[in-house]
Amino acid sequence: MAVVKLFGAWLSPYCYRVIWALKLKGIAYEYIEEDLSNKSPLLLQYNPIHKKIPVLLHDDKPICESTVILRYIDEIWPQNPLLPADPHERAVALFWIKFADDKSPLISKLFRTDGEEQQAVAKECFEMLEVLEEHALIGGKKFFGGDEINMVDIAFCSVAHWLGVIEDFAGLKIFEPHKFPRLNSWIQNFKSVPVIKDNLPDTDKMLALLKRRREMLLASKSS
Amino acid sequence: MAEEVVLLDFRPSPFGMRSRIALAEKGIKYEYKEEDLRNKSALLLQMNPVHKKIPVLIHNGKPVCESLIQVQYIDEVWHDKAPLLPSDPYQKATARFWADYVDKKIYDLGSRVWKTKGEEQATAKKEFIETLKLMEKELGDKPYFGGESLGYVDVAFIPFYSWFYAYEKCGNFSIEAECPKLIAWAKRCMQKESVAKSLPDQQKVYDFILEMKKRFGIE
Repeated sequence: MAVVKLFGAWLSPYCYRVIWALKLKGIAYEYIEEDLSNKSPLLLQYNPIHKKIPVLLHDDKPICESTVILRYIDEIWPQNPLLPADPHERAVALFWIKFADDKSPLISKLFRTDGEEQQAVAKECFEMLEVLEEHALIGGKKFFGGDEINMVDIAFCSVAHWLGVIEDFAGLKIFEPHKFPRLNSWIQNFKSVPVIKDNLPDTDKMLALLKRRREMLLASKSS
Repeated sequence: MAEEVVLLDFRPSPFGMRSRIALAEKGIKYEYKEEDLRNKSALLLQMNPVHKKIPVLIHNGKPVCESLIQVQYIDEVWHDKAPLLPSDPYQKATARFWADYVDKKIYDLGSRVWKTKGEEQATAKKEFIETLKLMEKELGDKPYFGGESLGYVDVAFIPFYSWFYAYEKCGNFSIEAECPKLIAWAKRCMQKESVAKSLPDQQKVYDFILEMKKRFGIE
């Protein structure tokens, strides 16, 4: 039987994308936690270009970049498909996944900046949410994937969980339910899905780590 | 039902070139519409309301946005001719990884080469060459990134070859001197009609860049 291993980091939304996909498909895997401040030789060997997690190892073959991994998983294990079968619908889904990929780094940038720079990032985040509210969730669907979550829902996990935690940490208010009613419904629905609910990083743990990281960041900036 | 294919595009755009090549490889007849990017058509704004960018592929009235997504769509719908993505899932993942790498690096670094000067440009040039050398390494001894025939990564990457002369002139360096194997690959691709017809002349791209520099007040 083929062995599946996942190199990840418990705080990374990109890592959770892969975990959820594997669980939705019922694939057994071994999880290896990476210390991102001290990356293992194995990780550097499997992802020499980007040196990042997540990395999926299937039959000793590494696959890097979370979206590439998700598409690979969906093709190798076709049960519980994560993308529409119709080519045009699939193209639309891929469009939104790319949008999520392009914009998600803004959320972690919120945490790494302050003052005017942070304000500018916050504005970009707000605009991203506006696009989702206006263009992506029309039609009153429960999820981006329709009645069930699919790869698009998974791709927007940063908006569903990480944004709120970083907002709390930084004392920002970008997402407000009354301003984004469709997005708000989606977030509630998404976080109620059992495989998501049972596999999300603990908020308190996240806040504690963010605080430590922020202190280290400021210390290195002033030194 | 007759297939109706329209491409909203802009001749110098490397992203537009990707879709042109894919359509040509598959022998698809389509209507090419050149957009004036300073006066975007109502059709473009309607078909790509989120980004308002070209290229946009419109197939029987339905839009597909983002060049690599268009290439994948074209490959899926017209799957009986000139396959661009491999059928093996692992090879497909590898191809997607490298096309993503091209997307992440080449355009931005190349832009920095022609838009900046001094130290900033020197840094951009260095990183740009490093990126090209990595692509060269990935190519290895294969005629194409796709193996024996033009594939997904070739289509993603070759459009930037039409910008090489502009990068070289603006940055005062020679890409061929640094990456001879890559230039050999590019010339091999240019022998294909689908590629040669889809890429603008390098001098024309350089003229376009000079105009951009003037317009944006870049030295």
